[in-house]
Amino acid sequence: MGTSRGVNDFALKIATVNGTGSASANGLLLQAIFRMGLPVSGKNVFPSNIQGMPTWYEIRVSAAGHTARAPRFDLLVALNDATYARDIAELEPGGWVVYDSTWPPPAAVLRPDVEFLGIPLARLCAGAFEGGRERLLMRNIAYVGALAALLGIPLELLDTLLREQYGRKQALMESNFRAVRLGHDYALEHFACPLPLRLEAMEAPDDRILIDGNTAAALGCLYAGATVGAWYPITPATSMMDAFRRFCERYRRDPATGKNRYLVVQAEDELAAAGVVVGAGWAGARAFTPTSGPGISLMSEFIGLAYYAEIPGVFFDIQRTGPSTGMPTRTQQGDLLATAYASHGDTKHVVLYPGDPGECFEMAVRAFDLAERFQTPVFVLSDLDIGMNDWVCRRFRWDDAYRPDRGKVLDAEALERMEAFHRYLDVDGDGICARTLPGVHPKGAYFTRGSGHDRFGRYTEDAAEYVEVVDRIARKIDGAARAVPGPVVEARGGELGIVALGGCDVAVHEALDRLADRGIPADYMRIRGFPFAPEVEEFLLGHAVSFVVEQNRDAQLRSLLTLETRAPKERLRSVRSYGGLPLSAETVVNAVLRSVEVHA
Amino acid sequence: MTTSIPKPKVRHPALPVNALGLTRRDYEGAVSTLCAGCGHDSITAALILAFWELDIPPHRVAKLSGIGCSSKTPTYFLREAHGFNAVHGRMPSIATGVRAANRDLILIGVSGDGDSLSIGLGQFCHAIRRNLRVLYVLENNGVYGLTKGQFSASADVGSRAKRGEANRMAPIDPVLLALSLGATFVARSFSGDKAQLVPILKAALSHRGFAFVDVISPCVTFNDHEGSTKSYRYTRERAREVVYADFVPPRVEITVDYGAGDAVDVRMHDGSIVRLRKTGLDYDPTDRDAAYAYVRERQRAGEVPTGLLYLSEAEPELHELEATVDAPLATLPFETLCPGSAALDALMEEYR
Repeated sequence: MGTSRGVNDFALKIATVNGTGSASANGLLLQAIFRMGLPVSGKNVFPSNIQGMPTWYEIRVSAAGHTARAPRFDLLVALNDATYARDIAELEPGGWVVYDSTWPPPAAVLRPDVEFLGIPLARLCAGAFEGGRERLLMRNIAYVGALAALLGIPLELLDTLLREQYGRKQALMESNFRAVRLGHDYALEHFACPLPLRLEAMEAPDDRILIDGNTAAALGCLYAGATVGAWYPITPATSMMDAFRRFCERYRRDPATGKNRYLVVQAEDELAAAGVVVGAGWAGARAFTPTSGPGISLMSEFIGLAYYAEIPGVFFDIQRTGPSTGMPTRTQQGDLLATAYASHGDTKHVVLYPGDPGECFEMAVRAFDLAERFQTPVFVLSDLDIGMNDWVCRRFRWDDAYRPDRGKVLDAEALERMEAFHRYLDVDGDGICARTLPGVHPKGAYFTRGSGHDRFGRYTEDAAEYVEVVDRIARKIDGAARAVPGPVVEARGGELGIVALGGCDVAVHEALDRLADRGIPADYMRIRGFPFAPEVEEFLLGHAVSFVVEQNRDAQLRSLLTLETRAPKERLRSVRSYGGLPLSAETVVNAVLRSVEVHA
Repeated sequence: MTTSIPKPKVRHPALPVNALGLTRRDYEGAVSTLCAGCGHDSITAALILAFWELDIPPHRVAKLSGIGCSSKTPTYFLREAHGFNAVHGRMPSIATGVRAANRDLILIGVSGDGDSLSIGLGQFCHAIRRNLRVLYVLENNGVYGLTKGQFSASADVGSRAKRGEANRMAPIDPVLLALSLGATFVARSFSGDKAQLVPILKAALSHRGFAFVDVISPCVTFNDHEGSTKSYRYTRERAREVVYADFVPPRVEITVDYGAGDAVDVRMHDGSIVRLRKTGLDYDPTDRDAAYAYVRERQRAGEVPTGLLYLSEAEPELHELEATVDAPLATLPFETLCPGSAALDALMEEYR
């Protein structure tokens, strides 16, 4: 089951060596296809390395909007000898290979059922550019030019994009123009351009943008009014803090003094980053940290403290492949259980599951509101695929009427009126107690501790006093189930249910269409928050069988659903993909078909 | 966020009051649950005196600590201040977050040798690197008290545990460590020497940066016996005061007189003055390398040099390094933080 190759519907793969500058060339190509109005995705499959290792860029174009990763390709740009054989094996029969014909391809990899299009990229660039570095870089831009001819991307569009990018660097722009034309003209002269698989501009809704999830989440933090960020660099979360700093330099400088209305602490490790977030949250700032699985492991002690002492903080987990160091540059949804119950003792946390960059933006804002309202750590569970790859999504909108939900925080006037303040007294009966900030009023003082405390905030080792507090916290977190974003349910009138979360969404949508084509309609529920909203259980109980689709080995979402709802375990069938590459529709379709056959 | 004047309290008319009209009692906290005679309780008493004499409104202070005997002490002073007993060894990161959020708070961090020199050594070092503005008191007894008497990383070679076994690993000396890491205020004192400790604490509270005060504080239960180098007896016999600190608050005329060449005045950022009186010859408390060399030399001679050993007011603290606005970040109005819909619409054009 490959893609139905043709106009505006195909998958291509570019195989290069990392550190050679192919990333900007690939970005240019994706941008051009996006500007033509086409639904498109670009997946960077890169090594945990700076130079010399194989790297791939996968582009999927689909007029129908099916832009999940395709496991097989219609066109390959093969520029890495080391992976030649394997790359060519992934081609659909009848596909095309663009290769650098400066050197002949190894005879062993020639496939009779695909067409080889040789372009002497290195030789062309050697003739046109001075110096090894520029020749190497421009070789990448030259293949973009060749692909433009082969796929029907207008040259003027590439020129426009290059001008936008390098407008102030005249020499660089000129070099890029020339390189584009080298590849373009050679392809035009030697091959029948465009190929049967090609691009035709579409009328796209004009509210589309191309953005990655980490940038979107950083923008959410900016808009939510976060002032303190703490982090320790880790792939794939690093670009989120980079983006936050960039936005802050632009939007958070006091125009009169040039001083900053934010502070980013690059901590000595993730333990310290979590400590900074907890300290800042305790003192009344909106604080966050971007991290990944290994960071969550290190932060777990502080997460437990924040849970028990009831301190707000937002933890972005841009998941990568675990366990341990795992594969740092590959994606996974492997931290579902680790975040839901992070830290020792009885703990349960509020977790949000964005499905694309648009939701990274919205849920970042929501996470701060929830953290302050429930006085607890909140996780935003993104992943490498959402966080680091560019996605086509709707423009982000902002409602100027928005005001942060700071929760129950007593100010000086309120404290002045009170007889006495007790930190953990549940006055309203919702499990949420009022808190005070340091420095505001003498009556607001209390002692924050991770050790046993009673409802007055006093140290205790008394069983009943301890139980009273932890039971109230459990009630409080259960109450968050109605405050987290509810699931998105799409009823197609099927007996089967499909359940997923996060970045599985695109692949599941494609799978739903393909299953419907085969006469198997299925209803779909995408979960967006934990603790689960009541609708989650309703959906599961309303379907005889639900397939739980997720990107980890151990069916963590299925485990969570079994633990946290009344859904019988045997009704939940597992569909898993965990090799580190983004989920494909094929995985879902095949698993459902197999299961339906077996149980028929 | 506002400050407020504490409510009037019934008090004994004979008790002296400070400029805020508060007595020392107003700076106390809960009753200590530490062992009778614990050095830590003497440090608590010195802290109460230092805060009271400086006329600091208690509720403007945030008291932070980690885990251990020392970390329990913030409950014993300043009951009108927020306290935070965090996780073991991680108080410096909490302090960093609190300071990041609210630069107007006066921070005191209380730690121990297990908390700062073992489990939290990394956090201690990095708080120094940030020149985080905090009075950081290390209540140093060379032993793990709460878990009943294991050696800590500051135990000296040859030091004997209560059951008799000798420590054979080299100690981490927090003063030398702090000096080598670039700490801008480094002092050492002894819990039993209130006359020396109180002025040091006051100077530390006025320091615009990381003010490190290592206080040798004997553990009466597990480390006050023959063979201990952190006992009352050992410390009383070996402590040698090299730099006596007097603290002169801002706008107070300096009346203390010293002979020329014996004293160094250091003007603090808030206008107060720390006057360092040298008791040792050739000691320059503003020369980091000399301070380091002197402490090493005295240690080799079997002495524990005490006093304000090094002070520099020149280095920027965290908020200056990061060029943050003067108002506490936690108090900034949302309108000054959120760029709004028009800015977002414009920004979205860049992602087309």
